[in-house]
Amino acid sequence: MEDIFGLLQKDVRFVEGLKACMNCGVCTAICPAAEFYDYDPRKIVDIVQRKDNNELTGLLKSETIWYCGECLSCKTRCPRGNTPGYIIMALRTLSQKLGYFTESEKGRQQLAIKRTVGENIFKYGYCTAAYAVHPELHPEQGPIWEYILENTHDVFERLGGHINGEDGPMRKIPDDALDELKKIFDVTGGTELFEDIEKHSRKKAEELGIQFEDTGIDNDYFIEVYTANNGTHTTHENPDEE
Amino acid sequence: MKQEGKKKIWADYQKEIADDHFFYVRSCIRQSFFPGAEQFFLHMMRNILGKDVYENPSHTTCTGIGYHSDIVPPQTIMTVVARHFALMKEAGYKNIAISCVTSFGIYTEILETWKHFPEELEKTREYLFKATGREFDIPENMAHTSDIIFKFRNEIAARAKNMLINKKTGEPLKVVEHIGCHYAKMFPKSGVGGAEFPRVLSGMAESWGGQVIDYPERRHCCGFGFRQYLVQANRGYSVSNTAKKFASMQPYEPDVVITNCPGCNMFMDRWQYTIKEMEGTTYGVNGESIPVLTYEELAGLVLGYNPWDLGLQYHMVQSEPLLDKLGIEYDITDKFKTKDGRQMPVPENLINA
Repeated sequence: MEDIFGLLQKDVRFVEGLKACMNCGVCTAICPAAEFYDYDPRKIVDIVQRKDNNELTGLLKSETIWYCGECLSCKTRCPRGNTPGYIIMALRTLSQKLGYFTESEKGRQQLAIKRTVGENIFKYGYCTAAYAVHPELHPEQGPIWEYILENTHDVFERLGGHINGEDGPMRKIPDDALDELKKIFDVTGGTELFEDIEKHSRKKAEELGIQFEDTGIDNDYFIEVYTANNGTHTTHENPDEE
Repeated sequence: MKQEGKKKIWADYQKEIADDHFFYVRSCIRQSFFPGAEQFFLHMMRNILGKDVYENPSHTTCTGIGYHSDIVPPQTIMTVVARHFALMKEAGYKNIAISCVTSFGIYTEILETWKHFPEELEKTREYLFKATGREFDIPENMAHTSDIIFKFRNEIAARAKNMLINKKTGEPLKVVEHIGCHYAKMFPKSGVGGAEFPRVLSGMAESWGGQVIDYPERRHCCGFGFRQYLVQANRGYSVSNTAKKFASMQPYEPDVVITNCPGCNMFMDRWQYTIKEMEGTTYGVNGESIPVLTYEELAGLVLGYNPWDLGLQYHMVQSEPLLDKLGIEYDITDKFKTKDGRQMPVPENLINA
């Protein structure tokens, strides 16, 4: 069995995030995720500090590590200097490296994030760009967003932006800068993490018999992980009552 | 307590903000959704306050949204940020001005990490050199752009064309200030007033004549939650947390919400539309929704800038109720015109329109 605790200790966020938890629960009291999901950051820290590899493997395969929103409100409040949010970040990174993230519905969503935000970084040099926020994926953006996309050039020009211009908001990031960004990902393990997410997602799609394409968002597996919600994640939903 | 003791306690809540010569880095979200806000900041700094602000168009995303949705590892983001520091060094600047609160939190976290784990700094230097041949220095001063406007808030007040006063009643406008979580909750010393007494936006609002509202969920997250918004299946988390905030502020009848984080600004604008569509709920008075402005947009109104050049018409919640209270005269026919004055189509189904 892998030495999960040992692997976690290689992540500086884990070292910084885990001092010694006394189970006071202040992190859970302040946590926006705990209000919405059936989630308790106190329990996560408690499990982690027990250093039990079986329990840690269970966490890496669980839904619960994907509920945190990384607002890091817990960092301000912990009276012992722990940061449950940093522990979560280390757990998520390791879950993806070991391929355990595909064992949970929420974990499988990492492919959707890699195929949207991740691809934006390489293609455009932005995590998000006006032209990459598609109304069909973002109905909450409302009619103003459809309008802006239909009139992008005029809207941005009036406000001082230059879509794919040389400078200002939404300028084209020069090709040599994009090359440098890609090289940084290559030498620092960023590209490898992207490849891990793809590799394990492809394997899970095969296992589940869901159609998978190696690129893009127009395939059944992407749509499944982007939209699936089995209704058992929150404290407000109980399928047994229906 | 003696005055000296008080000063010592409050020293932890002070922040040193550079006075001039800034290297500016943009925000993916702010330039996508509020490009007029970034441009007004630069215009105000350069042409109104006479400051030197330099931008290298070759700077990229910091990859922060990817980092906080866990697809970008720590060493990668450290090296991307180090590249920005390298561009700054090459241009001869030492003070960085950061438009995005997610980026600001990341830059702060990285500098703290390098202090606690010097081997990570050395590794980053090696990675950056290997990938790009560049070398970098750590900035002497790091500020979010809201820090900078806070620093110059009184200079702005001295030039104000519109104070935050209801022109009909003479009463101060009621302002909700929302601070992005990553501004100071992670590293309280990095923010003006720390995490307990954030002063960066309330200081601006009060200097410009407004009255800041205190309400129970004042420090609650806007609900972004990174992956909890980015993936459609999770957006209940995001909209629920926004609803909690708005329900908490509603009894105080705010005239405007101001934010320093571009993500918060977008969500608090768009989720008001969504909640209205979903269940007919609105949070302003008389069935209206509450305009949500960036601090740059608010500064622009205070300084008498044309609201349509700031881009207020490109929010989902329209700002006319606020403009009317401020007594700002605006040309409704100019609202949806191009830069050279050509009439564009008029969008339908906006809120407060």
